[in-house]
Amino acid sequence: MSGHHNETFITKYIFSQDHKMIAKQFLITGMIMAILGMLMSAVFRVQLANPGESSILYNLLPGGWVNELGALSPDKYLALVTMHGTILVFWVLTAGLSGTFANFLIPLQIGARDMASGFLNMLSYWFFFIATVILVWSIYVEGGPASGGWTIYPPLSALPQAIPGSGTGMTLWLISITLFVVGSLLGGLNYIVTILNLRTKGMSMQRLPLTVWALLVTAILGVLSFPVLLSCGLLLVFDRSFGTSFYLSDIVVNGEVLHHLGGSPILFEHLFWFLGHPEVYIILLPALGIISEVISVNARKPIFGYKAMVASILVIGFLSFIVWGHHMFMTGMNPFLGSVFTFTTLLIAIPSAVKVFNYLATLWRANIRFTPAMLFAIAGVSAFITGGLTGLILGDSALDINVHDTYFVVGHFHIVMGLSAIYGMLAGVYHWFPKMYGKMMNKNLGYVHFWGTFICAYGVFFPMHFLGLAGLPRRYYENTAFPMFDGLTDINSIITFFALSGAVVQVIFLFNFIYSIFKGTKTVQNPWKSNTLEWTTPIERIHGNWPGDLPSVHRWAYDYSKPGAEEDFILQTVPLKEGEKEEH
Amino acid sequence: MTNILIALVVLLAIVTLVQLTRVSELLGELKKQDVNEVTDEDNKTQGFLMLIIGMGFLVFVIWQMIEWNHLLLPEAASVHGQEIDVLMRFSMTLILVVFFIVTPMLFYFSYRYRGNKQNTAYFLVHNNKLEFIWTIIPTIVLTGVIIFGLKTWDKAMNVDTSDSQEIEVFVKQFQWLARFPGEDNILGKSNFQLITPTNVLGIDEEDLNAEDDKIVREVHLVVNEPVVLKFRSQDVIHSAFLPHFRVQMNCVPGLSTQFAFTPTKTTAQMKKEEGEDFEYVLLCNKICGAAHYNMQMRFVVETQEEYDLWLAKQKTISDKLLTQK
Repeated sequence: MSGHHNETFITKYIFSQDHKMIAKQFLITGMIMAILGMLMSAVFRVQLANPGESSILYNLLPGGWVNELGALSPDKYLALVTMHGTILVFWVLTAGLSGTFANFLIPLQIGARDMASGFLNMLSYWFFFIATVILVWSIYVEGGPASGGWTIYPPLSALPQAIPGSGTGMTLWLISITLFVVGSLLGGLNYIVTILNLRTKGMSMQRLPLTVWALLVTAILGVLSFPVLLSCGLLLVFDRSFGTSFYLSDIVVNGEVLHHLGGSPILFEHLFWFLGHPEVYIILLPALGIISEVISVNARKPIFGYKAMVASILVIGFLSFIVWGHHMFMTGMNPFLGSVFTFTTLLIAIPSAVKVFNYLATLWRANIRFTPAMLFAIAGVSAFITGGLTGLILGDSALDINVHDTYFVVGHFHIVMGLSAIYGMLAGVYHWFPKMYGKMMNKNLGYVHFWGTFICAYGVFFPMHFLGLAGLPRRYYENTAFPMFDGLTDINSIITFFALSGAVVQVIFLFNFIYSIFKGTKTVQNPWKSNTLEWTTPIERIHGNWPGDLPSVHRWAYDYSKPGAEEDFILQTVPLKEGEKEEH
Repeated sequence: MTNILIALVVLLAIVTLVQLTRVSELLGELKKQDVNEVTDEDNKTQGFLMLIIGMGFLVFVIWQMIEWNHLLLPEAASVHGQEIDVLMRFSMTLILVVFFIVTPMLFYFSYRYRGNKQNTAYFLVHNNKLEFIWTIIPTIVLTGVIIFGLKTWDKAMNVDTSDSQEIEVFVKQFQWLARFPGEDNILGKSNFQLITPTNVLGIDEEDLNAEDDKIVREVHLVVNEPVVLKFRSQDVIHSAFLPHFRVQMNCVPGLSTQFAFTPTKTTAQMKKEEGEDFEYVLLCNKICGAAHYNMQMRFVVETQEEYDLWLAKQKTISDKLLTQK
């Protein structure tokens, strides 16, 4: 199916089966959702700095959020927190990140004309799209969108009497997430099959770029864990609509004794976190894959310890399935079970440490070219270190007693999975933009965007650890009712200042992105002097990727600055010279 | 009006950005070089910024540690809490040491090995010895952390409660209540189906053990006497969080949970150390609805005499039933 067939506007831009176009669809949808999610956080940050006051900033967010006084009410605050979490975790960092880069990079980097099934791939985007529409719609329904936190623990999420958002809003949330899961399963299966079956001649597993390895393991995690979320949600639908008692028991709400008996909310938590924890790595691994690739290309140096990097991805992927209980240390689970989960959780620190040291060793004696992508990749490693270390506190059940569900957790996961993943994603966008659009993004705007983001992000999330150590629970509309938290006002104001500044800085990126698509300078064939196969395809997008035969691969992806070579990079398509050893 | 102003400012900002970008591109064309190519000059600037701002981040962290230290929770006021604090200090020291070694390395390497057209990177693929070292060291350190952690966890969780004062902590949207077992030291039976506006805890009034139970809106504890809190929730999941005692446990409808501990400092003592405003307080730490942020119950730790006086003043359930009749 090589090539050039007639494409109409609809088959080219809308119902496209070309993986590159689908990747862009995921990227743009993800970016729009990211803007929405970020605006939400800006609004609740304003609330946290000025509790109960009105603000003109509230008007920037679509949907009716303010009460008649122009202020945010407590249930709307919870709705915002819930939607912010849902959007960022699933829409931006799962679909926006994996959807974009798995689609874009897998066929290009393994030397395939397209995904194994272009049609399923297209379906995967359109399921995601409908899910998006439903989620956004849920903001406007009566009672507001789901408000029980993105983890939607029942009974809160099952009882409209307990919180208004658990009415229609929650129903739409569940429908939306169901479609989302279907979409990501179609995508995930496709990625796995494509990587295993469609590698070009010579592209052995040991020669795969780390991006593809990371995306492969991510897809496997998704395929194994998302169905559990689906069944978990389905049982919740039964409890909500058909009177079953999977998760509900012994409930009196608004003076009404409910009939539910024998169910357990804890069962929901087990099912939810069986997806929920692998989900963290579904988010993180693609980002780490991108970071590995970008660092190696711009350090002009092979990634240090390729095999150890692959092994640590595999180990992290495996461990991520047996640690979910660390989200539930405080549910009253058997202390022995808590011990087991502490043990498995802390083990993840080992492959993570190996990855960090390997990044450091890659930078050691490198010849670093600071593209904006490289800056974001390095910042991603920094966030992975900073956020990963506090995991040692939270993963330790004894210590978790006092920091569980406090701002310490919020700080931890926003740095380790939020920032690392967003940095990885931005690094990916800057790095592969020339391949996506045939244009370059403006470098200087990229620099400004990077430094603004880097400074603001740590300004937002680092102080949260102190709030948590002061005992402040998360998801509090305000903390004025507690004199013990009165000293924390300054910290909250600082966080809000950086959050709003950080949001404004993203305008530079958006501008750069859109401007460069239309007016950016044209790219050359291989702007970063990279080894991987995607840079051997023509600059102009064609369906089928390579105009002639598929390239064959003769070496791994990381021959940078190899002694004896003429240039500091050697494309994977270049055969080994006589007597040249393939090292990795 | 303000909206129009905001729109105008945004528009102006965008126009400025467009113009600036155009200018830089035109300049590049004049100089016959690609503006988006990373030059040695860029590497120098960005490498330098990596060092300065990276170190700035570390200074910011140290500043926060000094400036906000007084805001953190005071030392634990319970027996197991003190052990948790020891583990916390150990873990914090460990992660801070690693943080202050690894982060500067990252930013320093970025600066030190900033690119230059004349230079070539050192071709280094892997080094088994190094990789072995940095796999084995974290493994050994973590073994220590895990053993230390599990010991502390075991001590905090597996407590012999046979001599502990039993207290029921009951929660609903959006209020905490507590029940003391009275002289027989046995809590009367309860059932959610019995909950009514007058019998808020759903206590089985037929049960003789319930007669002397006392329902209170504030919990008093005796210093240095073990206590076990039994949690019940009537509607959604809440979480009982007593940060000063290092106590937290979810309250789950349909499931009974508990936490046993021994308070070691009276409220009076804490007031002396932490200021007159100090109170032990129970917070809700699991999202539970609109007023989640506004649920609290006071805990008071006092001497046996003070406690006896307070408890004697509280009405038993049969007292209340009598007054109702």
